[in-house]
Amino acid sequence: MITGTPKPIEEIMEMVEPYDNIILAGCHGCVTVCRVGGEKEVQVLASTLRLAREAGGRTIKIREVSLERQCDPEYVEQMRPYVGDYQAVLSIACGAGIQFLAEKFTTTPLLPGINTGFLGVTERQGEWSERCQGCGDCVLHLTGGICPVTRCAKSLFHGPCGGSVQGICEVDKSVKCGWQLIIDRLKALNQMENYTKFKPFKGWSTARDGGPRRIIREDMI
Amino acid sequence: MLPCTGRIDESLLLTAFENGADGVMVVGCLEGDCHYVSGNIRAKARVKRVYGILDRIKIGPDRIRMYNLSAGEGSKFAAYANEFVEKVRELGPSPINLVRAGQARAVSQKEAT
Repeated sequence: MITGTPKPIEEIMEMVEPYDNIILAGCHGCVTVCRVGGEKEVQVLASTLRLAREAGGRTIKIREVSLERQCDPEYVEQMRPYVGDYQAVLSIACGAGIQFLAEKFTTTPLLPGINTGFLGVTERQGEWSERCQGCGDCVLHLTGGICPVTRCAKSLFHGPCGGSVQGICEVDKSVKCGWQLIIDRLKALNQMENYTKFKPFKGWSTARDGGPRRIIREDMI
Repeated sequence: MLPCTGRIDESLLLTAFENGADGVMVVGCLEGDCHYVSGNIRAKARVKRVYGILDRIKIGPDRIRMYNLSAGEGSKFAAYANEFVEKVRELGPSPINLVRAGQARAVSQKEAT
């Protein structure tokens, strides 16, 4: 899922300061699962903003909405009939959802209520960690299902660097060395031959280095 | 009245303040004694999150408190209720109510002139 963290309320208050009548838009997708931008979070943030604003002597009207997904046009269009009645939209979806709203509703300012994080997994309730950087050229079949691009701090492709000590990465004691994990896993799978296979250089043009990416599926158009 | 404090979420507590409460007292069963296993533990975590929110928006975390007691502890309930009411009296009206009272006064003065 795409993860995120709430922006500090002080930062959000500063963003909404010029406005008295806004939409607060949540999303039922990833941000609901990681408890940062779903229907419940919309209710809590709306109440918080109303209380904070009123305590300061001004009121703010907030229309609370939660779209099925803010990254799909059919759901975003549900807001079109009323979006013009409001001065701004505060979205607590991921950066993709917020930008999609901005593209669709060109005359309404869009404000981000969360900081979008990474593509990750739920370790346990309240803890998420990164697994994929969307490089566009997956090698998991060779690396025991552990991604060297994401799990190695340097995104190395030829094994652990000198900063790997007893399975721990030098960047942080809480970070396991991605390559140690890969080697341990390959040994457990009896696939160590994958480690010695010659791999040509990785083409990063399919990653972010090639600029903003698009996927066009001719079979679906 | 809710069947279990596990039903409480942050927005419910904040809505009480929006509706004019100066303080909110959450009373749940004793920890380890929840009929639904962990409802009161969940409520405790949510109340704690609301402490943080109230603190950051200058309403103050002392205006909300959770107590745990059993259904048979009536006198303890009364003592806790008195204690909390006293605490809220010391704190005075919430900033929201002060603003609303000020606005009401301004309107009535305007009407009088």
